Amino acid sequence: MTFEIILQAIVSGLLVGLIYALIAAGLSLIFGLMEIVNFAHGEHLMLSMFSSFWLWSLFGLDPVVSLPITVLLMALSGVLTHYLLIRYILKAKMLIQICATFGLSIFLRSLAQFFWTPDFRNVDKPLLEGRIEIGEIFIGQPQVFAGLVCLFAFAGLYLFVTRTETGLALQATAQDREAAEILGIPSNRMFALGWAIGLGCVGVAGAMMSNYFFIFTDVGVNFALFAFVAVALGGFGSVIGCLYAGIIIGLVEALGGLLIDPSFKLLYVFAIYLLVVIYRPQGLFGRY
Amino acid sequence: MSLLKVEGLSKAFGGIHANEDISFEIGQGEILGIIGPNGAGKSTLFDLITGYTRPDRGSIRFDGQNIFGLKPDRVSRLGIGRTFQKLKPFTDLTLLENVMIGAFAHEPDIRHARDKALEIIDFVDLIEKRHHFARELSTGQRKRLELARAMATEPRLLLMDEVTGGVDQKTIPGLVALIRKMKDAGVTIATIEHNINIIMEISDHILALDQGQRIAFGKPEDIQNDQRVIDAYLGTVDVA
Amino acid sequence: MASMLKQALREPVWHVNGRIAFALVGLTVFLLLFPLLDPGAFYLHLMILIFMYAVMSQSWNVIAGLSGQISLGHGMFFGIGAYTSSVLYLQYGLTPWIGLLLGMLICGVIAVMIGIPMLRLSGHYFAIATLLIGIGCQVVFQRWEFVGAASGLWMPLTEESSWSALQFHHSKAPYYYVFFGFFIVTYLLVWRLGRSKIGFRLRAVRDDAQAAQSLGINVAKYKIIAYAISAIIMAPMGSLFAQYILIVDPDRMFNIEISILVLLMTVLGGIGTIWGPLIGVAILIPISEYSRIYLGGTGGAVDLIFYGLILMLICIFRPAGLISLFPKHVLERERQR
Repeated sequence: MTFEIILQAIVSGLLVGLIYALIAAGLSLIFGLMEIVNFAHGEHLMLSMFSSFWLWSLFGLDPVVSLPITVLLMALSGVLTHYLLIRYILKAKMLIQICATFGLSIFLRSLAQFFWTPDFRNVDKPLLEGRIEIGEIFIGQPQVFAGLVCLFAFAGLYLFVTRTETGLALQATAQDREAAEILGIPSNRMFALGWAIGLGCVGVAGAMMSNYFFIFTDVGVNFALFAFVAVALGGFGSVIGCLYAGIIIGLVEALGGLLIDPSFKLLYVFAIYLLVVIYRPQGLFGRY
Repeated sequence: MSLLKVEGLSKAFGGIHANEDISFEIGQGEILGIIGPNGAGKSTLFDLITGYTRPDRGSIRFDGQNIFGLKPDRVSRLGIGRTFQKLKPFTDLTLLENVMIGAFAHEPDIRHARDKALEIIDFVDLIEKRHHFARELSTGQRKRLELARAMATEPRLLLMDEVTGGVDQKTIPGLVALIRKMKDAGVTIATIEHNINIIMEISDHILALDQGQRIAFGKPEDIQNDQRVIDAYLGTVDVA
Repeated sequence: MASMLKQALREPVWHVNGRIAFALVGLTVFLLLFPLLDPGAFYLHLMILIFMYAVMSQSWNVIAGLSGQISLGHGMFFGIGAYTSSVLYLQYGLTPWIGLLLGMLICGVIAVMIGIPMLRLSGHYFAIATLLIGIGCQVVFQRWEFVGAASGLWMPLTEESSWSALQFHHSKAPYYYVFFGFFIVTYLLVWRLGRSKIGFRLRAVRDDAQAAQSLGINVAKYKIIAYAISAIIMAPMGSLFAQYILIVDPDRMFNIEISILVLLMTVLGGIGTIWGPLIGVAILIPISEYSRIYLGGTGGAVDLIFYGLILMLICIFRPAGLISLFPKHVLERERQR
């Protein structure tokens, strides 16, 4: 095994890690805001990939071009999720909250399967194709672009949450919703906004992945599992922790697949989860 | 012979000293009153003693045994009971079931645990509410529930966090009488109180805290005349 | 006051509702005699599935309803139970009865091993871990050659029906009685558990872990006990089901649908009550089996759409489950488990 192959794995692990990070950031934002884990996160990712796919297949829009539409659709579905389901279970026990979003996940996945069949689809001849050569390393153009877009989206999210008035209002609600209410910040609207942004992040990741990934109804399952692990790794509710955590998972997955056996990727990631839970349950980087 | 002896106990959260170098002791059968303005570190002190928060340093000896850093359930099994400022009843269970869970600490048999729980519920004057769910009880009744539940574990030391706070004025005399009754039953008590009249009336010793520091420790009449206590606390107390 | 106490002390610890007790005895007798009425293979099959899922949902109810921890991959104990007895039977000729017991043991040990790191923390960690492990188990068994990898294992048919090999070729009635026996024993044990010191302490842990600690309860230990009991209840159903269909393969035995169904049935019927899981099962199994017949078992995922929808609706409108629709005076007694 040459050095180049390992380097190759590191670069691709890094790029996919950025995608994991953005997906996890959406999850973490929602959790930080209302202590609800979105067990339908993977299905939302699946929906965003299908949104890109149908916009391409029906209207001939390339996923890169339709990115804003997909993000908008996902943000909308976030708002809907909040108003149709989440707001009724805000005060319920954790047990019921988990069951509710788990129910949403089953519902969305099987509904997609019913309408779209479990077939694998992909976007033919996207704008971004081919690969880039750096020395002896080859990286797919769409992967590079996806990684960069996710990184930018992440930076945008971070700036939004920490630097804008609305972002600070979100943080206030996350810290103490009653106190924020007294300051005139309507928590229900903040929650809806949180879902919109959280699923908007997923929309960006999904749209970018639809360039080079197979699109099928179960596609979200593993990504969601990785996102759960990233959130635990980064510290529940910490958005910036997700960036590091996502990259770590991407690297472990790529290197584990290369050095041991690619069919057990899930197990390597689970091993990280186990280690974090045992040694640093408050996460590697953030609060809690 | 002191039952609880705390020395140099300290805990900081971030840069804030929630408790710094706190020392005091409670004698067998006494009532210790703990006073101080909001944020003085009173509840933190209870959390440190009972193991809900791990102290940074200091020593805690209960009946001669070092209990520093033990987990809450160990501390409870050694004989320290507590109530919570933010009440924590088992909401989906009845009053009787709540207290029975306390009684199981020393009484594995269900019938005996039930009988013992009933006697304690009678002791706190809630016997007619025994089959009510905890969530159906008023705040004052829930405070009694917490007391009964803690007493059912047969503690030698009971830490009470604002038992008279936030309840209907009418119920306060009853709660004070109850504390006396517990003392007479042989329980050593430390109680956090905002109501200065009550604390002066029932305590054998008083510990006054401010901003995480001990500002005074002594007999009620000495505390009453302590200038630092008056400055930090008594002077700022509103009539409300 | 003193008289009130005396009166309270004279009350029985548990109320016995005569009518409910009578109904239960009647139901048990009817179920015992049911195969003698010659109901036909389909109805026996339906009842077998009801008994099986009633036990499996009760298993989930022990960890979720009694101790308040959500397992999203509970089907794995079913799969491990199924594989343990089947592999031992096929490779070493060991009777499935012993395999079943070993499966219970293995599942109990695995539950403790997962529980020790995961159950010390807030429930989300545990839920995510169980989801991960549940899916991971399927991945491992799909690729594990020793246990037949993706194609699984076929049990060779014995020449004649045999209790030691747990194969019955002429009638489903023996299977019916085996599943029925496990159903009765499980429900009696869980009923007893709910009324024991452990049961009380588990409910304390579920309602408020910090308060439970202040009463001397080691919270993690009790959660782990509940998880192990729950796993031990689940395992034999896998072993028995493997003998019933005589095939074990990863897609069937580690199907995510198992984990979803046990959760859904319990929540639908009423989580944390002994009869809730049975109510959920008695409603959903017939619906699912009839729809399989009339709509065809084409895996169009229609049933799953329906399951997901019900789960959300129950969480929104009736988080206490359908059992909460019963009149209050019936529940007053039921509630105490």
